[in-house]
Amino acid sequence: MTSAVGHHHGPATGITRWLFTTNHKDIGSMYLIFSLLMFFIGGSMALVIRMELVEPGLQVVQPEFFNQMTTMHGLIMVFGAVMPAFVGLANWMVPLMIGAPDMALPRLNNFSFWLLPFAFFMLLSTLVMDGGAPDFGWTFYAPLSTTYAPPSVTFFIFAIHLAGVSSILGAINVIVTIMNMRAPTMSYMKMPLFVWTWLITAFLLVAVMPVLAGTVTMMLTDIHFGTSFFDAGGGGDPVLFQHLFWFFGHPEVYIMILPAFGIISQIVPTFSRKPLFGYASMVYATSSIALLSFTVWAHHMFTVGIPLVGELFFMYATMLISVPTGVKVFNWVATMFRGSMTFETPMLFAIAFIVLFTIGGFSGLMLAISPADFQYHDTYFVVAHFHYVLVPGAVFSIMAAAYYWMPKWTGNMYDEYLGKCHFWCSFVGLNLTFFPMHFVGLAGMPRRIPDYSIQFADFNLVSSLGGFLFGFSQLIFVLVVVKCVKGGKKAEAVVWEGAEGLEWQVPSPAPYHTFETPPEVK
Amino acid sequence: MKNSHEHYYVPSQSAWPIVATFALFFMAFGGGLLINYGSPLLLTAGVGLMAYIFYGWFSKVVEESHDGLYSVQMDNSFRLGMAWFIFSEVMFFAAFFGALFYIRTLAMPWLNGEGDHAMTHELLWPNFIGEWPLLNTPAATSSVPSGLPDPFHLPLINTVLLMLSSVTLTIAHHALKDNDRVKTIRWMAITLVLGVAFLIVQGIEYYEAYAHLGLTLESGIYGSTFFMLTGFHGIHVTLGSIILLVILIRLLKGHFSPDKHFGFEASAWYWHFVDVVWLGLFIFVYIV
Ligand code: HEM
Ligand SMILES: [Cu+2]
Repeated sequence: MTSAVGHHHGPATGITRWLFTTNHKDIGSMYLIFSLLMFFIGGSMALVIRMELVEPGLQVVQPEFFNQMTTMHGLIMVFGAVMPAFVGLANWMVPLMIGAPDMALPRLNNFSFWLLPFAFFMLLSTLVMDGGAPDFGWTFYAPLSTTYAPPSVTFFIFAIHLAGVSSILGAINVIVTIMNMRAPTMSYMKMPLFVWTWLITAFLLVAVMPVLAGTVTMMLTDIHFGTSFFDAGGGGDPVLFQHLFWFFGHPEVYIMILPAFGIISQIVPTFSRKPLFGYASMVYATSSIALLSFTVWAHHMFTVGIPLVGELFFMYATMLISVPTGVKVFNWVATMFRGSMTFETPMLFAIAFIVLFTIGGFSGLMLAISPADFQYHDTYFVVAHFHYVLVPGAVFSIMAAAYYWMPKWTGNMYDEYLGKCHFWCSFVGLNLTFFPMHFVGLAGMPRRIPDYSIQFADFNLVSSLGGFLFGFSQLIFVLVVVKCVKGGKKAEAVVWEGAEGLEWQVPSPAPYHTFETPPEVK
Repeated sequence: MKNSHEHYYVPSQSAWPIVATFALFFMAFGGGLLINYGSPLLLTAGVGLMAYIFYGWFSKVVEESHDGLYSVQMDNSFRLGMAWFIFSEVMFFAAFFGALFYIRTLAMPWLNGEGDHAMTHELLWPNFIGEWPLLNTPAATSSVPSGLPDPFHLPLINTVLLMLSSVTLTIAHHALKDNDRVKTIRWMAITLVLGVAFLIVQGIEYYEAYAHLGLTLESGIYGSTFFMLTGFHGIHVTLGSIILLVILIRLLKGHFSPDKHFGFEASAWYWHFVDVVWLGLFIFVYIV
């Protein structure tokens, strides 16, 4: 079943190129396109939410459907948009950055990717099932997701299984590639930071995705086979669900931010024309963030009724994480300090990342103060917090990476003017959307409710307008990508003046096969 | 090492992976259809297709390995891949062990009125007396088991069986390294027999639990943790036995050499992992 084409040839022609491919660049592109598609599907759900919240009262959708939208929006953005985008970037860039001919396990790589369209087809198909799609929030707390769930929850569970298998195998592939395929002279401490952060991310994935799989399996048997894991009447405990979920869930949020840290650490030095400040401390900071991330999960559960020692432990452990995070922000700023900076689109996104992610980090610190969290929990303040770390955090870093490496992928420069338009529209749109959420949250507006009290009306209108601005500005990005693939000013091998690293040693566009013999690393 | 970097084999195209994604999708969606609508068709098709793919895909890999396409570096990729895969399996079991420990050390005492003397006990089930093993559930809706499996009867037998199988497998491995094929095959066969015997004993145990003790999946949290932990372990032993069988067949066909036999080693790692999980089960599910 394997074709006889020797591996020094270019890509196969026709659809089989994509279906049967083992090439990391093809697979990387597919991941990226898939994630962009999911970004728009999840995004339109967000716009349904914002449409409903334009003014108090119920206008556009039924409350039941509103709940399905918040749930599906969260699930699709986390598992369908952000994670696959990072995996796509890893596929494209890790082999290029370490001087490897491809990913270590190429067929497994194809398998990991093609599971995703199936998983999300399955998840989306719940929208048309009897009883509707999952409506219990992306955190799917029991018993809402067990005793009171719609029948489609079975399909939701299996979709999570598929996406989980994809993530685990993808992560194993990344780890093996990095451990085993580096050019002979590239020691660990010479690896670019994007590679480092992905190595640690992949470790987190392999450690926590199986826990998620076990958790949804317990849900499945609770629902259909009479077990009582999350049912206190049978001696189980719904709070157990939350412990299991957040043992996965907190490392999961770092899975969505560590590769972003890596990207920013590549881009900031390039456009500051200075080497990264504190490379080693970046590596240690990332590692300690990853390790600590296993010890803080119950900061999501301060109000659930955990013992006082638990409140204290998880409060201090959470605050401890901001130390290595602060180290990173300091290093990026120190890298820019006295650099000869220029502000091309990737750099704009990167700088916005540093500023806005830090705002999200600060609101996180506020939430980490357990007594204060009793007030903030389950309000829009939490929504503001995690959107500040995820949108100008994770999503902006992905955009920055796309602009930064697009010339290497396509061989053409993107349209700088359109890129800047995209950036500024997104920047304004997202701040309009999410900044007011801090205020309504502190004033007590609960999250995940389709209606609200009239004193929140003005801020919500601003949020909705900002949301639409942000959503539609993403179409500019599509335009940029299409134009760049079609043509444009030819890119040189070293696209950016200050860029360093192996990926710039190959021509632009990167040939189908690169580094079949390993390069020399200085 | 430098030399090994020069020919990393990257298969140019392969249809196996995408067909495998179809199979897994059929299994997942088919599982949903079976559970929600009682239709087993798609699931069956998925399992069938998956079995075929396992056969085809692995045959292909074996063939490539025979054709000498794999370098030392490639071998190392397989090793690392397998090791991290086993780590992910460890974490899967950790979720269930975690659930067990949480229930025993936190949830049950709270239902009993401990903790910060919250109102859980008074408000929910004031008459509930929780002690492990928990047979009378708080809501008392499930049937009460009349007894529990005796750890020092069938489970002890199973412990001995699995421990022995790890030893015999190691003997087989050493024999392979010494290029003594007959001995390898003999000890491999014994390992497989021990594995199958384990499964039979577990079958008997399950039968007794259901038929005589009234201990089922539905007997509250004890039944839940008991059957899920031992059940998932049993599935892994089944899978491990199938892998051992394949390795045995390959040994009979003359595959593997004293210095190159990663397929053999991978199966052995997997088997030892299953073994260690059982030790955890024996201690924390049955004895303590
Ligand atoms: C300085 C670092 C951070 C701290 C101290 C922190 C702290 C917290 C706390 C205490 C909560 C719980 C709030 C509540 O439900 O009452 C929370 C929620 C959340 N955080 Fe963070 N966080 C930090 C960084 C991040 C990052 C980097 C991400 C993701 C990229 C993230 C994503 C989330 C998400 C998604 C939630 C909400 C989950 C939900 O309930 O739906 N956080 N954070
Ligand atoms: Cu968290």
